[in-house]
Amino acid sequence: MQKLLQLQDFGGPGAKTLDEVRREAAQGGCSSTGGSGKASCGSGAGQGDLSPEVWDKVKNHPCYSEQAHHHFARMHVAVAPACNIQCNYCNRKYDCANESRPGVVSEKLTPEQAARKVLTVASTIPQMTVLGVAGPGDPLANPGKTFKTFELVAETAPDIKLCLSTNGLTLPDHVDRIQAMNVDHVTITINMVDPEIGAKIYPWIFYNHRRIEGVEASRILSERQLLGLEMLTARGILVKVNSVMIPGVNDKHLVEVNRAVKSRGAFLHNIMPLISEPEHGTVFGLTGQRGPTAQELKALQDACEGEMNMMRHCRQCRADAVGLLGEDRSAEFSTDKVMEMEVEYDLEARQAYQAKVEQEREVIARAKQAELAKLADETSAIKIQVAVATKGGGRVNEHFGHAHEFQIYEVSTTGAKFIGHRRVDLYCEGGYASADGVEPIIRALNDCSAVLVAKIGVCPKDSLEGAGIEAVETYAFEFIEKSVIAYFKDYLERVGKSEIRHVVRGDADIRQGAFIET
Amino acid sequence: MAYKIVASQCTVCGACEFECPNAAISMKRGMYVIEAAKCTECEGHFDKPQCVAVCPVENTCIPA
Ligand code: SF4
Ligand code: SF4
Ligand code: SF4
Repeated sequence: MQKLLQLQDFGGPGAKTLDEVRREAAQGGCSSTGGSGKASCGSGAGQGDLSPEVWDKVKNHPCYSEQAHHHFARMHVAVAPACNIQCNYCNRKYDCANESRPGVVSEKLTPEQAARKVLTVASTIPQMTVLGVAGPGDPLANPGKTFKTFELVAETAPDIKLCLSTNGLTLPDHVDRIQAMNVDHVTITINMVDPEIGAKIYPWIFYNHRRIEGVEASRILSERQLLGLEMLTARGILVKVNSVMIPGVNDKHLVEVNRAVKSRGAFLHNIMPLISEPEHGTVFGLTGQRGPTAQELKALQDACEGEMNMMRHCRQCRADAVGLLGEDRSAEFSTDKVMEMEVEYDLEARQAYQAKVEQEREVIARAKQAELAKLADETSAIKIQVAVATKGGGRVNEHFGHAHEFQIYEVSTTGAKFIGHRRVDLYCEGGYASADGVEPIIRALNDCSAVLVAKIGVCPKDSLEGAGIEAVETYAFEFIEKSVIAYFKDYLERVGKSEIRHVVRGDADIRQGAFIET
Repeated sequence: MAYKIVASQCTVCGACEFECPNAAISMKRGMYVIEAAKCTECEGHFDKPQCVAVCPVENTCIPA
């Protein structure tokens, strides 16, 4: 319980209490009446154009709602090592590159060990609401282990949502079981709907006891993926589609993939950049196939967005990650430690935490609406990107030097939109600036006009300034979206008074390698 | 008349274990091994040895 209380305290030292914020928020914004206000603040709460039923299912899922991932956590357990296809961006010495980052090896668990680990973590971390099986190979190439794990967890912790990810090859064979087990989300990685393109991504598949190569392999794979997708959506099971963007191979084609999966009922499409390094020993790594830049990725996501919801906050985190997305606590829960820990599954404490988060999110959504209202009579065509240093809770609460990554928002007079994460190396290590200095961070944030931080030193601030990126401490410990909009308003005013000149920013780097907290 | 697994190349993914029609492949001290007495090279079951077809690493399941 001690832990629980600490976790509820999201803000930093300067943060306002919930009540203060609530009073402030109630004065402006779209509605000040509790629950019903939520509907009219739809987009503010992150619902977008999802139907109410779908929103209800995903709003607390850290992988699907960019809002929820500030407050809730999911956990993946590596119980499924075997795979039945080969992808050119995967070296099977490491985990499935579709679902975690290439070059990562996770500890393989038996279903019994996995279930125990899940329950231990869930009773310590009330944010843990989702269990996924995603690898290290293909969960449906290991159906026995995958479903056994789900069964064991569901026995003790019926409130934990179950999800799984698959390459789709055997998906149609398992749809009944998936439904019977109450799995509520399935992710299928679909990189193509044209087998000619598929042949450049998949050298072979293992199907009906035969290894099949070339275009024929991709023809079968694509057929099975789309059939599986249709069968799941027909049964009301939510399906997200992941695609890996491979420049020059399937980048343009993904718009077509987007249409194909949307028409078959997928509710969310997540386009991820190819991550390819020679030292991962993958085919693409060795042939020098490059990954996309930040702007290329964003352009493709924007092109698909009119069609359906795009997911932008995925950072291809580790498949065995524990804790809030990005905040990896795996070391605390190694298999040895877990087997020794006492487990008491406290459903009530978990529900109390979740109710509290529900309230906080409403407050955040309203604060954003209130700030947005102040922009109502601005008509500028200016659109900028702003980076934010945060360690969770939806606030600007991280020191520049301690940030492992930044959240990027695009803001215009229509509002602030989250567009992705940029990972960076720590600038500040043990009190000293890192050897590479601030340069790599500048490259990663090069498309942003400003970075909002809780605190920043004078040196990096000057370097950023020199690169045309304004470092701002004014919004320390405030809510992120509210701050981004407030900064933008201030930006417009200063441009209006000719204090600053609006500059269109360039492209930025996407950092390669696994997201692992050290 | 049997296959074996080259231990230095095997990723211990276990894909072959599921596919062997004779349950000849099992985990021994952290590595997968083929029990020669049980392996029939898939004769009578399939036209190709299943372990070879499913293994992601070339030349890892080979004739003993
Ligand atoms: S589906 Fe996953 S594990 Fe299988 S080859 Fe592709 S990336 Fe690797
Ligand atoms: S060749 Fe066939 S019978 Fe022999 S180990 Fe491989 S799969 Fe089993
Ligand atoms: S399929 Fe190949 S890599 Fe996987 S366990 Fe069998 S021999 Fe090892």
